[in-house]
Amino acid sequence: MTMQPTTAQKLWMYEKMMTSRRFEEAIARIYLEGKQPVFNMANGPIPGEMHLSDGQEPCAVGVCVHLSSEDVVTATHRPHHQAIAKGVDLKRMAAEIFGKQTGLSGGRGGHMHLFDPAVNFACSGIVGQGLGPAVGAALSRKMQGKPGVAVAYIGEGAANQGAFHEALNLASVWKLPVVFVIEDNAWGISVSKKASTAVPHNHVRADAYAMPGHRVEDNDPLAIFAVAGDAIERARAGDGPSLIEIETSRLAGHFMGDAEGYRPEGEKDGLVAKDPIPAFRGHILKTGEASEDELSAIENAASEAVDEAIAFARHSPDPEPADALTGVFIEAQPQGAVA
Amino acid sequence: MTTVVKENERKLTIARAMAEALSQEMQIDPRVFVMGEDIGALGGVYGNTRGLLEEFGAERVRDTPISETAFVGAAVGAAQDGMRPVVELMFVDFFGVCFDAIYNLMAKNTYFSNGSFRVPMVLMTSTGGGYSDGGQHSQCLYGTFAHLPGMKVVAPSNAYDAKGLMTAALREDNPVVFMYHKGLQGMGWLGTERGATVHVPSDPYEVEIGKAAIACEGADLTIVSVGIGVHHALRAAEQLGGEGVSVEVVDLRSLVPLDREAIRTSVAKTGRLIVVDEDYHSFGMSGEIIATVVEHDLAMLKAPPARVAFPDVPIPFARVMERYCLPDADKIVAAWRTMQSKERT
Repeated sequence: MTMQPTTAQKLWMYEKMMTSRRFEEAIARIYLEGKQPVFNMANGPIPGEMHLSDGQEPCAVGVCVHLSSEDVVTATHRPHHQAIAKGVDLKRMAAEIFGKQTGLSGGRGGHMHLFDPAVNFACSGIVGQGLGPAVGAALSRKMQGKPGVAVAYIGEGAANQGAFHEALNLASVWKLPVVFVIEDNAWGISVSKKASTAVPHNHVRADAYAMPGHRVEDNDPLAIFAVAGDAIERARAGDGPSLIEIETSRLAGHFMGDAEGYRPEGEKDGLVAKDPIPAFRGHILKTGEASEDELSAIENAASEAVDEAIAFARHSPDPEPADALTGVFIEAQPQGAVA
Repeated sequence: MTTVVKENERKLTIARAMAEALSQEMQIDPRVFVMGEDIGALGGVYGNTRGLLEEFGAERVRDTPISETAFVGAAVGAAQDGMRPVVELMFVDFFGVCFDAIYNLMAKNTYFSNGSFRVPMVLMTSTGGGYSDGGQHSQCLYGTFAHLPGMKVVAPSNAYDAKGLMTAALREDNPVVFMYHKGLQGMGWLGTERGATVHVPSDPYEVEIGKAAIACEGADLTIVSVGIGVHHALRAAEQLGGEGVSVEVVDLRSLVPLDREAIRTSVAKTGRLIVVDEDYHSFGMSGEIIATVVEHDLAMLKAPPARVAFPDVPIPFARVMERYCLPDADKIVAAWRTMQSKERT
């Protein structure tokens, strides 16, 4: 029988999706400050590249609802939804995205390098980079006999990286508790999956590494919940890794400023019409698991949490410039010092 | 040089010294484990994991598939999760297939996370040529690793330092690249520099990472080197000593952190500097060491500094061509003569 979320789990997923969406709406708005009328990535309160995940929230919540803080997630260069679903501290995450002293890493990382040890979350900026570390974290848990699984999030473009094939093989040879999750948004920046990938669906590649491969055709938290639940349960039971490919949708461009001229006409409108958040809201109302008022309360709470995080980030001080020269290495504790 | 064999002296090769350090640390620290290609039953192509599989079993001594991207990346993930992995990259030349995991993850995650993630791992890798293995199995590449921030880099010239540096590396909270030279390793099938096989105490001990050693004291010329270059330098020192030139040899032992103080102290005394480096000539270690001196105090030099390094060409196969390019004692002596001709009067 297909695994079903409880009402509490559904409302948790809805809350996290809403938080991620509201957070990115705020980030998108502030990102453009100082970048208009002339778009210069270096300007404004949030400089640099900005990769938004709106549309892909179900992939984050449908998987992370099965995880606790002790489980490990390695995320991508498009990490906000995954970080929020994993429980990364929203205020310090916002501050890191602003490059502030109070950020997760005091401004050394930025939006592609978010690290929160409290919930075992890390992300990185290069396609396919988190695969090896997820395998290693899973190996660590297995060797130490400690609980916990690792989830490596990647995009569909990463399935054409050598790292993908090496990591799946190694995880399977060593039967490690790791789940590989592909968020297939159909586009590797401007190159379509069809134009770049020899197989129509990446989940079939699991066969080459003797592990189960699942395809989720709907960008729907419920469908993802069921498949991810099975894969994570299998990993926890010591039965080895799985691969999941989720057909999701990137509602924005690859990065903010992307004119998206490569998309076929009408594609974007079609995706917006299938926005997974209103759809999931409709589902919850239809089943009667929450009322309109209850959902509004969740939405308001999400907005408040986001407003608080953004205000915290805005009002936090910049890092000391010279602190750039510190932190390359962990300094040894002096003799007799208390750790 | 005459060697006096002391009582209780226990001479080990670098390979045996590395294996002993690994074994002793694995006995006291369950977080330490080793993975890489052919490090299990074979004991490592260069012998530095010999005996570990028998002692610790296949769980902690893991042969890997030929998948450097996966297993170096996995070491990063395991280190961040509380383990202390040691990974072997069989030849440093192979870094090209996995450098993303090394310089973008292993080396940067401590900084990117402001220290909330730690990456205590050792990447051990073989370096060096001199046995006609061609240009993809003979490079040193010390400078490439040392150039990129976030990795400590060590390169022992003898078994005593190899054991002490390995023990220190295994106890470090930072990633350490442990670069051992094939010509020093003590494997029968590779020509081995005899001076690398020295007395090694049985008990565990550390050699401080970032601290150079004075391999021999002198007053007229400083030769700075690392790894096998130290042995070339010592031979040149012996030859020049016969001519009445007193040579001091500084064995860096570590490239990162670089013991700039030891270099400057020696050159302040001798006023003359030759750097010997089997890595490529340009944009590397030799230039950095010379800059360390001239940026500090140009006046301490009595003559322009010189370097004996591998020319900026891929390493050729033919024996005569490779030997033409590799540093040796004769080339150091020749550099001394040239330096003499340029000496300020």
